[in-house]
Amino acid sequence: MTAVTKAGLAPREPSGGGDGTVPETHHDHPAHGTFRSYAAGFVLSVILTAIPFWLVMGNILDDMLKTSIVIMALAAVQIVVHMIYFLHVNTKSEGGWTFMALAFTLTLVVVTLTGSIWVMYHLDQNMMPMSPHEALQKP
Amino acid sequence: MLEVTAPPGATAPVFYEQEEHAHGDGGTLVGFWLYLMSDSLIFAVLFACYGVLGRNYAAGPSGADLFDLRFVAVNTSFLLLSSVTYGFAMLEVERNRIGTTLAWLAITGLFGACFVAIELYEFGHLVHEGATPQRSAFLSSFYTLVGTHGLHVTFGIVWLVTLMVQVRQRGLIADNQRRLLCLSMFWHFLDVIWIGVFTFVYLMGAMR
Amino acid sequence: MFLNVDLKQFIFGRLSLEAIPYDEPILLGTFIVVGLGGAAVLGAVTWYGQWGYLWREWFTTMDHKKIGIMYIILAIVMLLRGFADAVMMITQKAVAVGASEGYLPPHHYDQIFTAHGTIMIFFMAMPFVVGVMNFVMPLQIGARDVAFPFLNNFSFWMTVGGASLTMLSLFVGEFSRATWLGYAPLSGAAYSPGVGVDYYIWSLQVAGVGTTLSGINLIATIIKLRAPGMTMMKMPVFCWTTLASNAIIITIFPVLTATLALLALDRYVGTHFFTNDFGGNSMFYMNLIWIWGHPEVYVLVLPAFGIYSEVVSTFCSKRLFGYTSMVYATAVIALVSWLVWLHHFFTMGGGPNVNSFFGIASMIIAIPTGAKVFNWLFTMYRGKIRFEGPFIWVMGFIPTFVIGGLTGVLLAVPPADFVVHNSLFLVAHFHNVIIGGVVFGLLAGIQYWFPKAFGYKLDPFWNKVSFWCWLIGFWTVFTPLYILGLMGETRRTQHFDDSAVQPFLMVAAIGVFIIMAGIAAFVFQLLISYLRRDQLRDLSGDPWGGRTLEWATSSPPPPYNFAFTPVIHDLDAWWDMKKRGYNRPLGGFRPIHMPKNTGAGMVLAGLSTVLAFALIWYIWWLATVSFVALIAAAIIHTFNYDREYYLPLEEVVRVESQRTAQLLAAGT
Repeated sequence: MTAVTKAGLAPREPSGGGDGTVPETHHDHPAHGTFRSYAAGFVLSVILTAIPFWLVMGNILDDMLKTSIVIMALAAVQIVVHMIYFLHVNTKSEGGWTFMALAFTLTLVVVTLTGSIWVMYHLDQNMMPMSPHEALQKP
Repeated sequence: MLEVTAPPGATAPVFYEQEEHAHGDGGTLVGFWLYLMSDSLIFAVLFACYGVLGRNYAAGPSGADLFDLRFVAVNTSFLLLSSVTYGFAMLEVERNRIGTTLAWLAITGLFGACFVAIELYEFGHLVHEGATPQRSAFLSSFYTLVGTHGLHVTFGIVWLVTLMVQVRQRGLIADNQRRLLCLSMFWHFLDVIWIGVFTFVYLMGAMR
Repeated sequence: MFLNVDLKQFIFGRLSLEAIPYDEPILLGTFIVVGLGGAAVLGAVTWYGQWGYLWREWFTTMDHKKIGIMYIILAIVMLLRGFADAVMMITQKAVAVGASEGYLPPHHYDQIFTAHGTIMIFFMAMPFVVGVMNFVMPLQIGARDVAFPFLNNFSFWMTVGGASLTMLSLFVGEFSRATWLGYAPLSGAAYSPGVGVDYYIWSLQVAGVGTTLSGINLIATIIKLRAPGMTMMKMPVFCWTTLASNAIIITIFPVLTATLALLALDRYVGTHFFTNDFGGNSMFYMNLIWIWGHPEVYVLVLPAFGIYSEVVSTFCSKRLFGYTSMVYATAVIALVSWLVWLHHFFTMGGGPNVNSFFGIASMIIAIPTGAKVFNWLFTMYRGKIRFEGPFIWVMGFIPTFVIGGLTGVLLAVPPADFVVHNSLFLVAHFHNVIIGGVVFGLLAGIQYWFPKAFGYKLDPFWNKVSFWCWLIGFWTVFTPLYILGLMGETRRTQHFDDSAVQPFLMVAAIGVFIIMAGIAAFVFQLLISYLRRDQLRDLSGDPWGGRTLEWATSSPPPPYNFAFTPVIHDLDAWWDMKKRGYNRPLGGFRPIHMPKNTGAGMVLAGLSTVLAFALIWYIWWLATVSFVALIAAAIIHTFNYDREYYLPLEEVVRVESQRTAQLLAAGT
């Protein structure tokens, strides 16, 4: 990676993680790929995309629930593939802050999605328009 | 010489840095990553919206009625290819080759433009069939989620063109390399979001 | 004729002369006062030829200290507006009992309580908190500025843009009547067809962009710019609370942005997210807006807790008790704050499982907060306490906030909440914690850091007057409201039928005037201190015997904060330096790399505000033009690569010599 230290940059002094050790005299190079890693990521992604499309378009499993679970799992795997091979996410970059920010965000994304769906499901069950007869049947 | 902690046997600890040592990127990459994290939450809300309202067809058309998965497969391919070609562009940046960098960037932009064009065509087709965003909550959330992603891609293309001009003008200086890295993160991030979109919206929506 | 009407509508959208409230005497009066006052201020600035100074030194600055000060000035101005709304609300309630209708008809009253909440949270508390974090945090970590100075400036002007739009709604058009959260379906096109909710939406969208970017900025600063040796666990507690608060900001403001965008789509395009037909679901709006709304209050209170930690340890001359547990408590509060939002709508019908989960989570979040209170108390125990300026606010905070927190735990119990939801009890609770916690903390912070910012202390007598008026006034207002709430009185009512409530409301109205005296005393304190600044001068830079790095600089600090980056060895770094006999370098200075001032932030924020205005009034040509101009201006700005300069050595030497002379004069 060509040096990213020319004077044209924002003049900030790095803390070097501020962990009391002598700061590095060079800097964390942003992680980067190689041709092979991009190619590998591409091939994996193609496979992980083709399978879900095939399962749905061909109605292979003939079971909506099973298909949903499989394609969601494959989507999750493909997201991880993208993170590693394209975004070069790792636990070391920026002293671990990148990964921590990602973990925190992911947690909150999950909370937003599952929380909203859980809450709204119950609200809808209890509160959506119903006839007086239905209302009497509610627990 | 830089002293951070006092060497053993020294009389008083060092409280000030005498030398300013070389600077890093000053936090731009961290900052941009944090921005992407915040953007994830916008998409989380839109996905939640689709999750909650996505089956409210209001006696109108459903995903199974509307989605043509062949289009989606083509679109997905374009976006995935654009991710890879951007990766190749970054490899050329590391080899300090302006010409080939610009070439791969241009191809990336082209793939991105194809993606957006196909999406616009799809939207146009749906509207023509009466499946407008106003027809039902399902359609409102469909157009908003997919459309927001498409808007992000469009914005990315504008950014990409701007950067190509700037690289042309000033070469692969440190500032431009930093910007290319940020756009790279942005571009790949959009592909990650698209994985969620084609899985939850199109594939699961088409099953019926 | 026909062509003229069409042309008029094309040019002005739905804006017309009817938008100006000629027929409302209160508004007209306000307009005249504001107009005259504004003209006086602008006239004075022109008369004294200070536009150049203001432009160069303040509006285009990249200096986090000045941006912080401007945020706080905005907050104080908006405090006056929001408080005026409060006075109107409580006096209306106090007289509008039984046969009397009061002086504010319901539609006007609804705008007032909507504006009061919106302004106090978004344009008073948020800018105040962000301003303090902006000013203090970089100094405390030994940095020269925030990570992205231009973004900082831009964020400030976006906040001003949002505030301006809300203020404008007073005189051109009307504001929202749909509560400070804009509940659907009331806020939808069917029930609020006017411009009010649109003003609300776009003000918050513009300001929200600024807030989100500021959040990214401050976190990146803490991650990257801490002085060497300052590990995370050697960072001042205020910086930890800054980190937590901003981590919440960058995760929740996108939720607000998306939710308001969905509401805007419903209103402008006719989508069906929150309508009650075609598959929409209004309850979903409540769900989303509170996912934003609950963590938001922790955004406000965590920095206030940080201020208390700094003030307590300084004025007890003692290291903060339980630093590690403070850090963990902060992190736990930040995380759990994301898990309690449903307690704002227990009564909406989530059912027992849902309500139990969120009720228990809401009770759990009281625990780390309690741990913090104990840590402050243990810090005070056996400390050398000085009951000076900032510290008396802490004394008021602890009992007030604890009681407010206890009423919160009561509300966290779903069956209890079913009784008092949306009653005056709830109103008293959240004012209890916001005023007792956030406002008292910010006022303590002002007393504490004002000498650092301006080089002289604030007058101690008027601080005491302000404090006692605020404390007594607060309890006078809200104790009756607690009681009325338990008696069953609902919030947001402009009229009461039962005359038994009137004595309580009268007492509350008296209380509001006591608070007004407190605010007046604060403003007066600022004026009097300025006039007496030479007697109140602080030359040492460390008037309180501080423990953290900001007190190592002069008052005010130089533009570059530190001529040499400090090296950290311990918690309470400045205290450590003082104890171990540091020597301030008197030579060996170097030119310092600084960012250049720029007006680009103002331009971009100004264009955003114009865009918002155009969208509110349906002036589509202006919306298009300003949008294109905004994108173009942003792109053009990126072509500017020449954003830094070196502060010359002579300038650094001059400033540092001045500091040396000051220290000698201060006798240190």
